[in-house]
Amino acid sequence: MTDLAVHPPTVPTPAPAPAVRLEGVDRAFGDINALDQLDLEIAYGQITVLLGPNGAGKTTAIRLITGALPADAGRCETFGVDPLEHGEDVRRRCGVVAAKPSLYDRLTGLENLRYAARLYEIDGDQDARMREAAARFGIDHALELEVGGYSTGMKTRLALARAILHDPELLLLDEPTSGLDPESSHAVLSLIRELTDDGRTVVMCTHLLAEAEGLADQVVMLEDGSSLVAGSQQDLIAMYWPRPAVLLDAIDGVPAATMEATGITATREGDFVRVEVDGADDIADLVTALVGAGVRLTRVDPENPSLEDLYFRIRRDRAAGVEFGASS
Amino acid sequence: MNGHRILTIMRTDLRQLLKSKDFLIPLAALSAIFFVILPMMLLLAIDALGDVPTVQRISETLDVLPAKAQAAIQGSTPSARTQYALAVYLFAPLAVIVPLTISTAIGAATMVGERERGTGEFLAHSPARTDEIYVGKLLASFIPGYAATFVGFGIYAVLVNSIVGPKVGGWFFPTNDWWVLMLWFVPPFLIFAMTLVLRLSARVRSTIAAQQASGLVTLPMIVLSYTQSTGTLFGASAASTFLIGLIAWIAAAISLTSGMRAVRRSRLLGVAIS
Repeated sequence: MTDLAVHPPTVPTPAPAPAVRLEGVDRAFGDINALDQLDLEIAYGQITVLLGPNGAGKTTAIRLITGALPADAGRCETFGVDPLEHGEDVRRRCGVVAAKPSLYDRLTGLENLRYAARLYEIDGDQDARMREAAARFGIDHALELEVGGYSTGMKTRLALARAILHDPELLLLDEPTSGLDPESSHAVLSLIRELTDDGRTVVMCTHLLAEAEGLADQVVMLEDGSSLVAGSQQDLIAMYWPRPAVLLDAIDGVPAATMEATGITATREGDFVRVEVDGADDIADLVTALVGAGVRLTRVDPENPSLEDLYFRIRRDRAAGVEFGASS
Repeated sequence: MNGHRILTIMRTDLRQLLKSKDFLIPLAALSAIFFVILPMMLLLAIDALGDVPTVQRISETLDVLPAKAQAAIQGSTPSARTQYALAVYLFAPLAVIVPLTISTAIGAATMVGERERGTGEFLAHSPARTDEIYVGKLLASFIPGYAATFVGFGIYAVLVNSIVGPKVGGWFFPTNDWWVLMLWFVPPFLIFAMTLVLRLSARVRSTIAAQQASGLVTLPMIVLSYTQSTGTLFGASAASTFLIGLIAWIAAAISLTSGMRAVRRSRLLGVAIS
């Protein structure tokens, strides 16, 4: 019999519930499966980027998260509750920027914000809140103008201001930089990054890999309504490229015999030689050995796979029927 | 339901309408035709003709009206009686079609318009409940038509009282029957029609399709207009009048309740329903 006084029962500390949890979710539109057994977990206070081609199910996932659409099967939880049953409360805690900014062209920027402020029943000085949100996204100067006359960038900024107006815990951004010039895109992405500094959870859908690069705490790659992989960019790259690699080139090339003498396997990739090593120290040893053997190196380039490399690697593996990370 | 949110949705829709010249100009033109131009032309034409045989024959056709309606017709000369009958039994009921036309045009575009403009996405993700959105938009469709009719009839009253009033013993319009029509009959018919139009608007793929389909719901109002214009409606007893109106209110309430349940967020998003 256990002596409770000596060995008090240890109650395992429950892992904090994620902001969003989708388990085995299906959603079809007619004959098209928009979501097919989608599993997704989004932690509080992080930026999660849903990556995938058009039709991968990113927008549908957002619609299920707010309860705007019901799932055909599976379980959806947002803030730990079913967004269909508790839709009003869930949506009050979410801010959404749709792929199209969803603004009323005949209303002024201020009237658009006021509409949202009243629907979300914002307490206190609504006018001050609206102007503060607009100023944050640099659109306060145009609030008295009709939105129909706004540029695409101005509309996106206003839509972002409207989305944070009620101080949501979860921001869902569907292609927020769609149609923006590079400068505006960069500004919007910086503003999104700032939002998580306030403790907000951000989910951003995009098919632009460069946007997600360095922004996401978690990357979820979707295809045909399913999640291919999920994790931080670094973890995913480590899974697919478990050994660091370096590209080498030299005047007159890198002699194969010299490489064999170092005992390291090398593969030729175009004009370069690709060498996989066990760690950064090995690169230094390799370079020393090659220089010692009289090889005049012109390039020593540690390979640093980008999100784009990862994306295409995962898709290529999937197309080839290779199991997750098995081809590395 | 949250009344504050319903009023917010209604006010926002109305604000957009008031800023829309392509809505206001046809509204003004339609009201002017029904409430000013047509009545003025016909009444002034009869004035100019006087008691010629044609006018006398028109006056004789008033005999087909029910006894109660006939008894209400004022005027000592055939032209005065004809003008009175036209003012009360022809133009007034015809103009009841105005609120329906205006409200239908607005209502048909309201749900599908949100979808076409992409603003339905904002509403679908907002805390507003679908029944609140439905009622807010119904009010935003109902009010312009009903208000335009009241304003139009105000102008119409001044017009017909000025032209016909001196010949029938003073100002006579609006009659008591007309007040019953506007306050007891028109609102439920209009609400009933709008509940159907909004449901259509939520289901169809385009505003044009919604407007074509909603043409069907003008039928109840045409029936009402017809019955009034022949005096049948107000030839009935007060009890019957009350009962018919009550049935219309009940039908409107049932249709409203059913409509509130029928609208889904997916309709605002414009996605196909599996």
